[in-house]
Parts: sequence; structure tokens; C-alpha cells
Amino acid sequence: MIDQLRPAIILSVLMTVLLGLCYPLAMTGLAQALFPAEAAGSLVERNGKVVGSRLVAQTFSAPGYFHPRPSAGDVDAGASGGSNLGPTSAALFERVSSEAERLSREAGGARVPVDLVTASGSGLDPHISPEAAFFQAPRVAKARDIPLQQMRDLVRRHIEGRSLGLFGETRVNVLALNLALDELRPAGNNGVPVAEGASSRTQ
Amino acid sequence: MSSDILLFIVYCVAVTALAWPLGLFMARLFSGERTLLTPVLGPIERLFYRAGGIDPEAGQNWARYAAACLAFNAVGWLILYAILRLQGHLPLNPQGFGGLAPDLAFNTAVSFVTNTNWQAYGGETTLSYLSQMVGLTVQNFVSAATGIAVGAAVIRGFAGRASDGSDARNLGNFWVDLTRAVLYLLLPLSILLTLFLVWQGVPQNLSAYVDATTLEGARQTIAQGPAAAQIAIKQLGTNGGGFFNANSAVPYENPTPLSNFAEMAAILLIPAAFTFMFGRLVRDMRQGVAIFAAMGILFLGALALTYGAESEGNALFANLPVEQAAGNMEGKEVRFGVGESALWATATTAASNGSVNSMHDSFTPLGALAPMLLMQVGEVVFGGVGSGFYGMLAFVVLTVFLAGLMVGRTPEYLGRKIETKEVKLAVIAFLVMPLGVLVFGAAAATLPVALASLQDKGPHGLSEILYAYSSATGNNGSAFAGFGAATPFHDTLLGIAMLLGRYVFIVPMLAIAGSLAAKKKVAPSAGTFPTDGPLFVTLLVAVVLILGGLTFFPALALGPIAEHTAMLAGETF
Repeated sequence: MIDQLRPAIILSVLMTVLLGLCYPLAMTGLAQALFPAEAAGSLVERNGKVVGSRLVAQTFSAPGYFHPRPSAGDVDAGASGGSNLGPTSAALFERVSSEAERLSREAGGARVPVDLVTASGSGLDPHISPEAAFFQAPRVAKARDIPLQQMRDLVRRHIEGRSLGLFGETRVNVLALNLALDELRPAGNNGVPVAEGASSRTQ
Repeated sequence: MSSDILLFIVYCVAVTALAWPLGLFMARLFSGERTLLTPVLGPIERLFYRAGGIDPEAGQNWARYAAACLAFNAVGWLILYAILRLQGHLPLNPQGFGGLAPDLAFNTAVSFVTNTNWQAYGGETTLSYLSQMVGLTVQNFVSAATGIAVGAAVIRGFAGRASDGSDARNLGNFWVDLTRAVLYLLLPLSILLTLFLVWQGVPQNLSAYVDATTLEGARQTIAQGPAAAQIAIKQLGTNGGGFFNANSAVPYENPTPLSNFAEMAAILLIPAAFTFMFGRLVRDMRQGVAIFAAMGILFLGALALTYGAESEGNALFANLPVEQAAGNMEGKEVRFGVGESALWATATTAASNGSVNSMHDSFTPLGALAPMLLMQVGEVVFGGVGSGFYGMLAFVVLTVFLAGLMVGRTPEYLGRKIETKEVKLAVIAFLVMPLGVLVFGAAAATLPVALASLQDKGPHGLSEILYAYSSATGNNGSAFAGFGAATPFHDTLLGIAMLLGRYVFIVPMLAIAGSLAAKKKVAPSAGTFPTDGPLFVTLLVAVVLILGGLTFFPALALGPIAEHTAMLAGETF
């Protein structure tokens, strides 16, 4: 085995240079040349400021915004993760039942789409199901003082279908939908109680 | 429902259609023939041999081949361990992460060198870009190439042809196989997949984490990094260790259904190609197709169980005001839903990949049973790159031995007699899984220091232990992530399980190949059991299920099966 050490050490060093430096750096250069926006994280800007990433959920809690799915990690985009609670976990059952009952009560007894009461795998799921968006539409419409029909149309325009009609599930990107909402009826306009966090904070 | 079934069919067809030509290409590559890429990569290849003092024409017998493999992995482990311990003093560390503790560095280095890629750490909260690139990405490549090299050598032994045509006992040259696997196979495929993934939205940059101001005015820090390049090889090399903590569930690691499909296809591509490469190298394509068929049957059975259970949703939510038509969505992403999560879970545990696009810890009890069993039978349903195939060959040896017992003849496989020595070696390889899962798992299930890591009570707690030790010994790396494995006890014991699962498979399988290579070929007779027909496929599937099932059923009964009955009875823990 000793006589194998020389090739072992030299090949390890050469592989490290090729695969640990040349490969990722070349890929970084090529990626940034071909797909600059994606390589940089698909960031979304408004008025020249980065407001988030199209691919990463952010917290929405004001009634005038659509809310994302529950996140086990408080939507911390620096530390992803799910709840990892097992199916018979008492903690999971209590969380789901109290959330479901609260949301159902607020919606006048309607059944809650399951994705709104279950934590996503990443804690950063940027999407909700179309059912979950329609479920929230009355609350958002009321808070923003927008006719419900107009709100539903807005949601409908933001439904992304399956890729090539086959891959994935139909879904709604929450950040894109909320950005469109702000354009339709800007936050703070009309005394709408949106973005309480923003108004109470001096920016 | 129907669209999910269609997706499964498209997936199986796509993987088969890509694996067939790739298998034929690999057969050429590991026979030392010229390929399309030789004009470009030949100079780099020759440079590697010259610098390393390697004579590419010199063959190695099984013992020297194994020694080269172990020496290379030992050096790789030392380098990675050093990088992880010292990362606080090294460059490319914009978040200023410190070095890893000794037990965590040991576990992580073992994990990546053995192609397990278990994550006892959270990528974006623990590792610098340097550790990810120079440390982990390199081992993603070379641990996969090690498995591919050993797989090629074992096949040469079974095929009974030395690569250099001189000494029949030679299995090839480890350094040549390793270099060729990296340069001609893994690197080109990774470059293609990296660019596809970036196009779909996976970041590839060296920037510090981005601070965004959300629409509600809060500050959000978004992790960045050279993710795509690492994710490509993580999938292709059946590695599975994620760039980010939640692996391919994280939108940055797997942003769209198309990236998801590409990553899923990459998991099974090379393992499936191995069956066709085998058929070509033993000059009888039907032999390769028979093994492919046996793997395919086990895969579809596991997929049906997982998908069925996950579609049902959680029985405990039946009386809540929840619309559960979408199935069990705890730990799953909306863009993938139940169908693509179940397919991924099956593929990643069939192959020893271990990456996840949903949290297996939150699967329904039966939905998690199939992935667990796929790991426990030794990662032989396609399995890891190379390792899955030579693992399945151990079962093939046992199958022809059992068939021989039934008819009272000395068993043969591909014209060579399977005798006491080969069967003993195959049994040694087979016993590693029970040792790692049941013996180590029993220790972890009884010692108080180990039990502190459990998140869930009741039968699910036992499932967490079983899953962790199955994953480590099978070199899979997927986890019931609620299980807090980052303790000195589990870091060490899981690390040992990974080492046993890797090398106590590699060495006996190389020894079997060396022994077979030295044997004379015997002409098939009327009493020869044909190993290319449906009878053999059925028997092979049965042997895998019966040996695996009998070994692990008692433990599974106390874990997922007990949890399933508890769930139906409305019990929580």
C-alpha cells in the first residue's frame, strides 16, 4: 500500500485543483455570462432596492397581503429546513389543528387547503396552491378594499401551470402576487392596513 | 393522480433511454478505447499519469487494486478533514464561519469520502465556500469515481477479461479507472447539468449573503454561493449532500419542476447505465437487461407503496377542517406535490444518493417504510454509482448459489463456477447491513447518551434511529432530519457505520472478482441455470426481498408498521 501513496497524493492534489477550483470557478464565470440574473439568485428589485428573491419565501403577516405557507424556520433564508415532525407527532397535530381551526373560523367555516397548515420542506417555499390563494382572496380583498371578483382575477392571472403540461403542480408565487397587488392598490393607499411593520418603522 | 402516473412513466422511459447509450459509452471507456472526448481530454489524462508516476498499461490484481483504492481514499479523507478543521483560517469565507469540531469534521469527512454525504451540519450555517468547493465538491467527484472504478474492476473479473489482455488475474488499473471516470464521464455530465440548473434558477456566485428589505419592511438575509456546480455532481455521483441544509427541497437548490426532473434523472442515470455496461462487457446484453429488470421491479414496487401512502394524507387530520386532497404536504413543497416527492424519495433511496426534495421524517409511516427498506437491502436497486451494481452482484452470487442448492449442482455464473470462497465473501458483504443497522442501531436505541438525539417519541423515535443507521451503513446519506445526529456519539458511530458499509463491501467484492477472473471458463451444459431469463429475475428479486425482509422485518414492525397502526387508531405521541 505504501508504494500506492505517491499516486494517491499526487492525484488528490491534481483532482483538487481541477475539480475544486477550475471546475466551480469556470462554472461561475460561464453561469454569470449566460444567465446573470439566475446565477445571482433571481433577486427582485423595486425602486432600485432588493426586496427579496423570486425563489425564496418571505414573511407576510398583514391581512392585506397573501400569506405563504407555515415555515419551520421562520422563513430564515440563511438557514433552510422543515419541521421534520413525524406523522404521529403530538406537536404536529396540535399545530395543524389549531391553525386549521383559526383559519377556518376566519373564513367563515370553509375547509382549509392542506398546504396552508403544513410546513414546507425547505421552510422557504415561495409558492402556495391556487386553492390556498383563492382561500385567502376574500380577506385580502376586504383589507385592500378591492372587489372580490377583481381579486380572484388577479390570482387567476398568477397561476403557474405544470411545465410542459406534465411536470410539477399548479401553483402561485406569493411574492409575485403581492407585488402585483401593491401595484394594483399601493400599500397604505386608501387607509388600507397593510405593511404595518413598514409603517411603524422609520426606514 | 393520472398526471402523476404519466410522470412516473415518462421518468422511467427517460432514464432507460439515456442509460442505454451511456452504458455502451462507459463500456468503451473502461475497455480503454478511444472516445469522442479523447482529443480534448487525452492531454489532461496523460498529464495526470505522468505526474503520478502511473503506468496506464500496468494491470493490478484484486489486492493491489483494493490497496490503491484504500490509499487514495485515506489521503482524500485527511485532506478533507484538515480543510474542515481549519476553514476559519482559510480564504473564501465571506460569512466568517469557524472550523468544525473534531467529531463533526470526522463524520463529515468520512461521509463524503465514502460517497454517503450524510449531512450532520447545515451547509449555509456551517461551511465556507472554500470548504464547499475545494473540500466537498472534490470528494463528490472522486468518491463517485472510486465507486465507478471498483464497479468496472468487479465487472472485469466477472467477465473474465483483463483490460490489458496479459494476466487473467488483473482487474485493471485503479488510477486509470479513477481518472477516466472523472474526466470522461462525471465532469462533462456535470458541466451540462450545472448550466441547465443555473438556467432554471440555481445560484452560482461567490457573493456574500444578500440582505433584502421585504415588502413588509423586514430585513431578510438570503444565502448565496457556488451552488449549481456542486448540486450537479451531487446528483450525478449519487452523493446527495446538499449545498443548503434542506437540500433539494430548497428552491435555490431545485427551483422548478424541470430542474427537479433533471436532478431526479441524474440520480439513477449512471447506476442504471452500469447494467447495460455490464451486458456489453460480458458480451451478452441479456445478462445486463436481466439485472436491470430485477432492479426495475423492486423500484416500481417501492414507488407504488410510497406514492400510495403519501397520497392518502395523514389519517389523523381526517376530522379537522382541512382539505387534504393534495395528500400529506407536511415537509413537501407546493411545486412538487406528492407525486414528485414520492418519486424522488424512491429514486434517492434506491440509488445511494440521499438528497431529498421533501422531508422524509414527515412522510406517513408506510411512505417512509419503502425508502428505509430500499436502503436496508444494501442499496442494490440501481444503488450508488458502481457500488449499487457490485452490491447487486453479491446478491446474484447468492441467488445462483441458492438455485444450485435446489437442483444439487455446483452453481455457475457467466461460465464460471461459484464455489465456497465466493459465497463466503458474498455473505460477509451481505452481513455488513445487519451489523450497521441492527447492532449499531440497537446500541443507539438503548444508550441514554444516544437517545437524547431523538425528536419524536413513540414508534417514530425508533424509525428515526433505524433510518439514520440504515442510511449511514448503506452509504445513502438521506436522513430523518429531526434526528439530531451532530453529537459526538452519533457522529462517531455513524462514521464507523459508513466506513464498514463502504469498504467491507468493496474489498470482498474485489476479492470475488479476482477469484472468478482466475478461473477457467466452463461450457454451459443442460444443468446450467440460465441467468438471463424471467425465472432468474424473479428469483433474484425474491432473494433480495427475503434476505432483506427476514433480516429487518422485526425492527420495521416496531417502527413504521407500529406507527401506521397507531396513526389509524388516532394516537399521537
